[in-house]
Amino acid sequence: MNFANLLKIALKALNNNKLRCFLTMLGIIIGVASVITMLAIGQGSKNSIKEQISEMGSNMIMIHPGNMQRGGVRQSADDMQTLEVADYEALQSLPGIAAISPSVNSAGQLVNGNNNYPSTIYGITPDYLDIRKLKVKDGSMFTEHDIKSAAKVCVLGKTVVDNLFPNGEDPVGRVIRFGKIPMTVIGVLESKGTNSMGMDQDDVVLAPYTTVMKRILAIDYIQGLFASAVDEQQTDATIDAITEMLRTRHKLQDGQDDDFEIRSQQELSEMMNSTSDMMTVLLACIAGISLLVGGIGIMNIMFVSVTERTREIGLRMSIGARGIDILSQFLIEAVIISVTGGVIGILLGFLASWLVTMIAHWPVYIQMYSVVLSFAVCTVTGIFFGWYPAKKAASLDPIEAIRYE
Amino acid sequence: MTERKEIIKVEMLRREFIVGGEKVKALRGVSFTIHEGEFVTIMGASGSGKSTLLNILGCLDTPTSGVYELDGISVQSMSKNQRAITRNRKIGFVFQNYNLLPKTTAIENVELPLLYNSTVGAKERRERAVRALEAVGLKERLFHKSNQMSGGQQQRVAIARALVNDPVIILADEATGNLDTRTSFSILTLFQDLHRRGRTIVFVTHNPELSDYSSRNIVLRDGKVVADTRNDNPKSAKEALEALPKDDND
Repeated sequence: MNFANLLKIALKALNNNKLRCFLTMLGIIIGVASVITMLAIGQGSKNSIKEQISEMGSNMIMIHPGNMQRGGVRQSADDMQTLEVADYEALQSLPGIAAISPSVNSAGQLVNGNNNYPSTIYGITPDYLDIRKLKVKDGSMFTEHDIKSAAKVCVLGKTVVDNLFPNGEDPVGRVIRFGKIPMTVIGVLESKGTNSMGMDQDDVVLAPYTTVMKRILAIDYIQGLFASAVDEQQTDATIDAITEMLRTRHKLQDGQDDDFEIRSQQELSEMMNSTSDMMTVLLACIAGISLLVGGIGIMNIMFVSVTERTREIGLRMSIGARGIDILSQFLIEAVIISVTGGVIGILLGFLASWLVTMIAHWPVYIQMYSVVLSFAVCTVTGIFFGWYPAKKAASLDPIEAIRYE
Repeated sequence: MTERKEIIKVEMLRREFIVGGEKVKALRGVSFTIHEGEFVTIMGASGSGKSTLLNILGCLDTPTSGVYELDGISVQSMSKNQRAITRNRKIGFVFQNYNLLPKTTAIENVELPLLYNSTVGAKERRERAVRALEAVGLKERLFHKSNQMSGGQQQRVAIARALVNDPVIILADEATGNLDTRTSFSILTLFQDLHRRGRTIVFVTHNPELSDYSSRNIVLRDGKVVADTRNDNPKSAKEALEALPKDDND
């Protein structure tokens, strides 16, 4: 029997049982729609993380002191004093590094007249702007000269400006206090908003690192280093070069652990990606299970249908249907149910994804592969779960089937 | 008579079943030959083996031993699929309970055997189905659904379905068993008409009256042929129908 005839017969049989057919389809519809929506949500959040990380500077490298033991006692990161200004100066000459800045910071109260605001002051060099992709909007950045002289100048983030100068005065040129130390505001940063982890990136005060070290913290070591590799591809090589240089400078033996820790933005993005990947896998698993349940629904209904139509099968066989004809007839019925369910499910998935964006404002992104995948899975589900009932129908004995009551 | 083509030839046909560990001999060596244009009734009480014989003649079952040739081709050596194709091309079945597809029009029911024959196109299929329905007197009811028809009409559709593939033999299994007397006679008249037009018919029944209307009668008992009589002067079912009181219309 040719395919068009088989299709006609299958459609007719399904048409005779519309409600049952629709309810069976519902399992597949829900399964496919949830696969599409879940994957869209997963991919959407992944994309937005990626975007935010690249905003932060995707080739950034962070060096922190770490893993130091004194007489077998591991020290907390704050106490570790393994990085020095001399390390910074040495690393400046590494070829893979585009920009590098030491980092020291101190939290404290900022005061301007009767306004005050708690924030963190970061001691850095002008390179820091390049590394973190920051820009000075008003005024100017401090200079190498300010660093050498440990000048009492600072550049403010937008949140700090808003809190210290609530009436909209121009902060540039004004003198504010950090704790007891008066500092002249020489610039204001362009706003960057919150980052993907919910931190306000505008809640910063930038000052020469020498100023923070000598005048505020009174320390002779640095708390960390920020650097950027020449480009993203060279990040790993640069990290290796930094590691080697720091180990040599710190006179570490071959067996000894590093007394510093290097992390790159790339690593961070990988870490966050793996978290969202796991979520996606989890969501996809749940959706996949619902698809499986839908498939079992199809199998169940097909069994009922085969039993119900035993006489019809017997008749078809006695007038010349071969096993393969009966098998394909029932298989096509199952596939029609699952594929139609799949198409409706895909449309519903698009709708649901759209609703998620409209109502919950979550970023969603429907990938072509998830549509193709769920469609393929549907067809396979139909064939897989339709096979056994169809096989059962095809192997009926026509003599018994035709007399079945 | 002798120069006529042999349609069915069975020799020493045996069929055994294993039921609950015991061997049941349903057929114990049945032999006969049916020629083209014969109207044969096969009779027997229940348990005589007539259903088993019909299943074998209809290529639904194969004998344990013996020879069965249909239209000159040996059936017992055929594979399952070959037997299905043989049923499709050479045999027309008529069942006691009609076995029409529910919620399906008369013409679609009649077209069904041709759907399984890929050499027949859609146009020819429709034409042949219409012709078959005309032959059984249902020209006016092509698009009536099976559940909208009376028992007699349904059986006519079933006969049209058996005719549509132009079979070498029509096998009827108690084809009048579910019908009242009047309708039975009208169906029997139809069979006699088909016979007159040259069709070969095997009619299996337990009703001994029907042997009066066929051209030959084979009686089975306990898996053996106990009588095989020719009836050169069969009664006319049409006359019998007309002789019935007119008041109960079907």
